[in-house]
Order: sequence, then C-alpha cells, then structure tokens
Amino acid sequence: MLLSRTADNLFWMSRYIERAESIARLIQVARRMAMTAAIGLGTRNEWESVIIIAGCSEAFYEQHETANARTVTDFLVFDLDNSVSLMAYLGRARNNARSARTFFTSDMWEALNSTWIQARERIAERSTRNDPVEFLEWVKERTMLLRGATIDTMLRDDAFIFCQLGTYISRATNTSRLLDVKYHVLLPEQESVGGAVDYYQWMAVLRSVSAHRSYHFVYKDDLNPAKIAEFLILRPEMPRSLVTCLREVDGYLGQLGEMYGQRHECQRLSGELFSELRYGQIDRIFAEGLHEYLTRFVKRTALLSDEISRSYLS
Amino acid sequence: MIDAFNEMVDPQGAVRDGYRTVSDWLTTTSAEHLRQKQQEAEFLYRRIGITFAVYGAEGGSERIIPFDIVPRVFSRSEWQVLERGLTQRVKALNAFLNDVYGPQEILKAGVVPEDLVLLNSSYCPQMQGFKVPGGVYTHIAGIDLVRDGPENFYVLEDNARTPSGVSYMLENREMMMRLFPELFATNKVSPVDHYPEELLATLISVAPPNCADRPTVAILTPGSFNSAYFEHSYLADRMGADLVEGQDLFVLDNKVYTRTTRGPRQIDIIYKRVDDDFLDPLAFRPDSMLGVPGLFSAYRAGNVTLANAIGAGVADDKAVYIYVPDMIRFYLGEEPILNNVPTWKCANPDECAHVLAHLDELVVKEVHGSGGYGMLVGPTSSRKQREAYGRRIKADPKAFIAQPTLALSTCPTFVKKGIAPRHIDFRPYVLCGREIRIVPGGLTRVALKEGSLVVNSSQGGGTKDTWVIDD
Repeated sequence: MLLSRTADNLFWMSRYIERAESIARLIQVARRMAMTAAIGLGTRNEWESVIIIAGCSEAFYEQHETANARTVTDFLVFDLDNSVSLMAYLGRARNNARSARTFFTSDMWEALNSTWIQARERIAERSTRNDPVEFLEWVKERTMLLRGATIDTMLRDDAFIFCQLGTYISRATNTSRLLDVKYHVLLPEQESVGGAVDYYQWMAVLRSVSAHRSYHFVYKDDLNPAKIAEFLILRPEMPRSLVTCLREVDGYLGQLGEMYGQRHECQRLSGELFSELRYGQIDRIFAEGLHEYLTRFVKRTALLSDEISRSYLS
Repeated sequence: MIDAFNEMVDPQGAVRDGYRTVSDWLTTTSAEHLRQKQQEAEFLYRRIGITFAVYGAEGGSERIIPFDIVPRVFSRSEWQVLERGLTQRVKALNAFLNDVYGPQEILKAGVVPEDLVLLNSSYCPQMQGFKVPGGVYTHIAGIDLVRDGPENFYVLEDNARTPSGVSYMLENREMMMRLFPELFATNKVSPVDHYPEELLATLISVAPPNCADRPTVAILTPGSFNSAYFEHSYLADRMGADLVEGQDLFVLDNKVYTRTTRGPRQIDIIYKRVDDDFLDPLAFRPDSMLGVPGLFSAYRAGNVTLANAIGAGVADDKAVYIYVPDMIRFYLGEEPILNNVPTWKCANPDECAHVLAHLDELVVKEVHGSGGYGMLVGPTSSRKQREAYGRRIKADPKAFIAQPTLALSTCPTFVKKGIAPRHIDFRPYVLCGREIRIVPGGLTRVALKEGSLVVNSSQGGGTKDTWVIDD
C-alpha cells in the first residue's frame, strides 16, 4: 500500500535529484563558456544566463551584486541556506528518501545516503570551493549511480513509477528552460548562426545535455539552431528531448492507470502533450514562436504535475 | 567497580561458563584486528543510516549509538529463569491494567494506593470501563534488568508504553554475524531475527472483533525527526506494516483510514510510537500535530486496536513500580521470580528523610523522568550537586524515588586501552498478545565511561550484542 505522502516524497525526491544534476551541468558548461569568452570570443555574461535558466534571478540578486563564476557557483552549488542550490536539493532528496525509506533497496539508499555524507565532507574543503570542477563531475556520477540503482534494483511497482515520473517531468522542464533561455538570449531575430561566438554558444547548449556528439550522429550538417531546437524538442533518439521525456511520462501514467484500474485528467493531459510532440514539426513550432511554444510547454507540464499531485499525491 | 560482578571472569580469574569461547577469541585476536572491526562497524552503521537524533545536542542532528563488539552472554539455564520471571511480571502488569480500568479490585483491597493510580498523570479516565481487544494493554514491554551477582537479577524499571531499542538488538546481531562469522560457527547462539514476525503475530492476535480476514497493520510514527525513527521504519519494513504519520490517517464513521495513491484503505491495528497525549487532538492535547482527530472514538467504537493501549503508562510509573511484586502476588498468587530493586518513595516522609540523609549512597530518580535525565547518582556526584538535588527533593518530594547504587555487573568491552570491564544492564522485549512470546536476547546497554553506571544511549552509552547460548 503506497501512502500518498510517500508517493509525493518519491516524486519530489526524483525531481530534486534531477535538478541537482541539471545545476551541475549548467555550471560545468558555463565555466567552459567563460573560458572561451576569455580568449576573446564573446563578452556575453555566461553566468547571468545560468541564473536565468535556474529561475532564481530574484533570490540571487538579493544576495549578490554581480553574476560571476564565484558568486553563481557559491549560490547555486554550495549554499545550504539557499533552498534551490545543488546541495540543498541533495539534502532535500535525502530527507524525502528517509521518509520513504521502506521503498528503497539498500543499493539505492546507500547510493543516496553516501552521496549526501560525502558531499558535505567535500564542500567543507577549501579546494572544492576554489575549483569545483571535480566536485560537479562527481555529483553527476552519483546521480547516475542512484538512477542506475533505482532502475536495476527497485521493485517495478507504483513507487517506482512515481520516481520515474518525477525524473522525467523535471528533465522535460529543465531541457525546455535551457533551450528557451539560450535561444531567446542568443537569437532574438535572426535565424542563422553567424560566426564563432554562436557556434560555441550552441555547442554549450548541446554539451549541457550531453548531446554535442550525438547531434552530429543524427544530423550530418553543421550546427543549425533550428535543428538544435528540433533535436531537443522532437527527436525521439535524444534521451533528454521533450518528446522522449513525455513518452516516458505518458507511458508510466498509462501503467499507473492500468495498475489502479482508474484514469484521471493527468492521463489525458500527458497523452495530449505527448501526441503533440510525437507528431510535431519544427516549422510549425517556429511559426508559433519558439519562446511562446516553450513557455506554453512549461506551463502545461506544470499543470500536468499538478494533476498528478491532485489524483495521487494528496 | 572492583566489587562489581564480572560476567565473564570470576574473582579467581577463571572464565565463567558461556564465555569460554568468547574469552578464547579475545585472547587470540589482536587488538589491531578488533579495532579495525570496531571501525568497520561504525562505518557500516553510518552508511546504512542507523542513526538517531539526540535532543538538545548542538551541531548533532544525527549520531550513531556506539556498538561494542564484545558480546554479552547468557547461558540457556540463566535465560530460562529470566523468561519465567519476565512472563510472570508482564502477566501481572496486564492484569493490573485490566483491573485499574475495570473493577479496580487491587485499589479497593488497599494493596496499591488509590491516589497513586487515579491521580497519576498517565491514568486516562476516558479509558475507564472500556474493554480493550484481547484484554491486552501492554503488547510490547521492555523490562530493564540489572544484575549484581551470579543469581541476583533485579528489575530496574518497567517500560510499558513505547519501549524502544529492539532495532538495535536486531542490527547488532546482523553486524556481529557480518564482522565475526567465525564466532557463530563455534557458538550455538539462539537467533533473534524472528522478532518482527513474532511482533506481527502478537498484534494480529488482538485484532479488533469486526475486522476482515487479514487485518491491516500500521506503525504510527511522529516522523523522521523523532530520535527512534530508524526503528519505526525498520520494524515496518520487516513486518510488512505501513509506516504512517498522523497526517496520513483520517477517521470516518469511527473507522481509521490511510490516504493511499489508490484512495482510502482501512487500518485495523496501529502500533503507536506516539505518546498518548499527542494521539488525538479531539480527545487529548488539542495542539498536537502528530495525532489523528477522532482516533480515540474509533478506538472506543472497537474498530481499531492500539498497541500499546492508551493509559498503559500507569503501570510503568516509577512509583507504581514499588507495588509490582504485590501485583504478582495479588493476581497470580505467586512469589515474584524477579525482584524489584529496594526502593524508597520520597512521598513518604520517613523514607524521604532517609533518602536525604544518604544522598551520597543512592541513585535518585524523577518519578516521571526518562532516558536517564534528571537523576542523581550519589556516589559519583559532587557535594554541590547533592545539595542542589536535595533542594529539588524538598520542593516536591512525591516526584522522587531512590534506590541503592547497585554495583551493576560488568562485561568485557573494547575500549581505547583494550579489553576492560564496563557496567551493563539488559532490556529484553516481552510480547504479549493472545500468548506471551519472548525472543531469546534483548538489548544490552553498556556504560562506556570507566566506572560510569549510566548506560543510556542519549548520555554516552553504547550497546552490545546479547547471546543466549546452549549450555
């Protein structure tokens, strides 16, 4: 018997883990881009866009005047008092897991608990603060370990489904925000990539979703913003694309519906969202306006999440 | 401490029965190896997350209870005596509670003073006249025992409400088997791992009368910030019971339901690890956020069994403790197999005078205290501490009782300097449903500081694995 509160804890634990990983990726890419900027290929402030993508501009500028490597990394990665930092997400995930302890296999629990214990030890070291590269890489390793433990050892029942739903909803939202901010910031009007600056910017976007090589596998062309957008929104081969995330969400909600012998508004919504993506075309998305489309997508995903909460988690 | 009964070695230096293989093992294993294993234990406990919260400790939200790798051993014949004594005692406690909330014969007969029971803060008037399922009030009793000689066992204290620590009994055994499998090849140690099954069977045997074929069981926890949370979740896991908090339950038509992802599911039996006062804001403390509104009505309507029953605290009150031997005689017509520690009630003026005159020799406790807090250990206290404590006693005499300082038995313990004797006590867990079941083992607590008699985990005590081995 799965308590609504437990399902809620599992759902949000997965979302927090996904967000933690997302922050690690964003910071890694920003650092890389900042290095590129240093050799004269751009003056744009990478760090500002990180704050925008993470959706915490207001909170950030209350505490810091400028966005730079130090301030943004401290705020988004290390600051335990900031409820949307990577460390805070790890702590919250672990807390949620503790409350839902009985649904965790020992592999899963040890993966998450050890991560939390070691993360706190590491951030206490000066070397980590001064050069977080290794730490961020380590965080990614750990989140992948936890996901692996979940997929390999967790009982494939409703508890598992709520974990997966949390992961994919968060992933869809994160991908969407990343694309929206970068696209919006980079190309207000033009459609074609011009020059080295934009190339590196777009590579940064692809790197942050581990897609810089796979893009070329799928598209034999050069980087093309429209194709990049298509890759991240509509390509089913791309594991972090919106269509892939929604396919998982819709599939899991369908399984839940069968398991419980009941379907709700959330099943209808996910079906609708997934179909649109499955049969979507990039031209039509651009015709609507990429920013408008993505904003609408994030809103509908949030609505879907609310419906899941309403039907199962409260 | 030189005079204390050493469980492993007699005054002549000979090793007592039962400890022979342990002694051999200790002499043939290097301190280095033992230290390594001790560290491994700590690492594993932390990784698994067997931590507890210490209230009021600064910077410490989670600690592990130190685990000592040297087991404490009972021979089977020693254990059999304990078993009989514990069974007898818990039977009497349950009979007492049935009587207190029923005809009150023992009060009418003047064996136990009326005001001690009826004015007791744990006495629940709303329970008067209510027949609990199976007539069982204390389903799980932790009876704390000490020993000051080969044959002399004393009950230090009864815990009839929410005794904790059984998860440590189980995890300590797991740890020992993992660290020292060779020891279990050479010793026939009775297993304890079936405790959760026994607990489940005990609870199911007192399911409410109107429930379905397979009663649903839940453990009610205050939440993950409670110091014993690990135990709540561990037992729920092992028993296949749901771990719930107050907010997960609601009452409708005097039946208790949990909020699940599939909708409401009725619960028949609740093993509650929440204090009585906080159980139901409609019946008890209205400011409680941990309880379930209407739970008490559902209980009185006979639709849910609560273990341990509400109001059971009257039986483990430190002042009522003095009368437990009389209860055994009154209800069972038997002489107690396990004795009480001689106890003085400061509520009685003569006894109070005696206590005040001998503070340096006695252990004085608050009647309503727990966890070893608020007590005075005379022999190790300073003059100033005794004076301050004396003032507290004079201000409210009936709140205190005193007992002689027992030289608690000692057991070899692996401390910084190596193997050395440290004082121990023992808490077995007695399960009472349709029948009484006791798993052969329990929690041995050890005072890690040299000479200290305070074994409580919240004050620096540790635990040991406890063995019952065949003679």
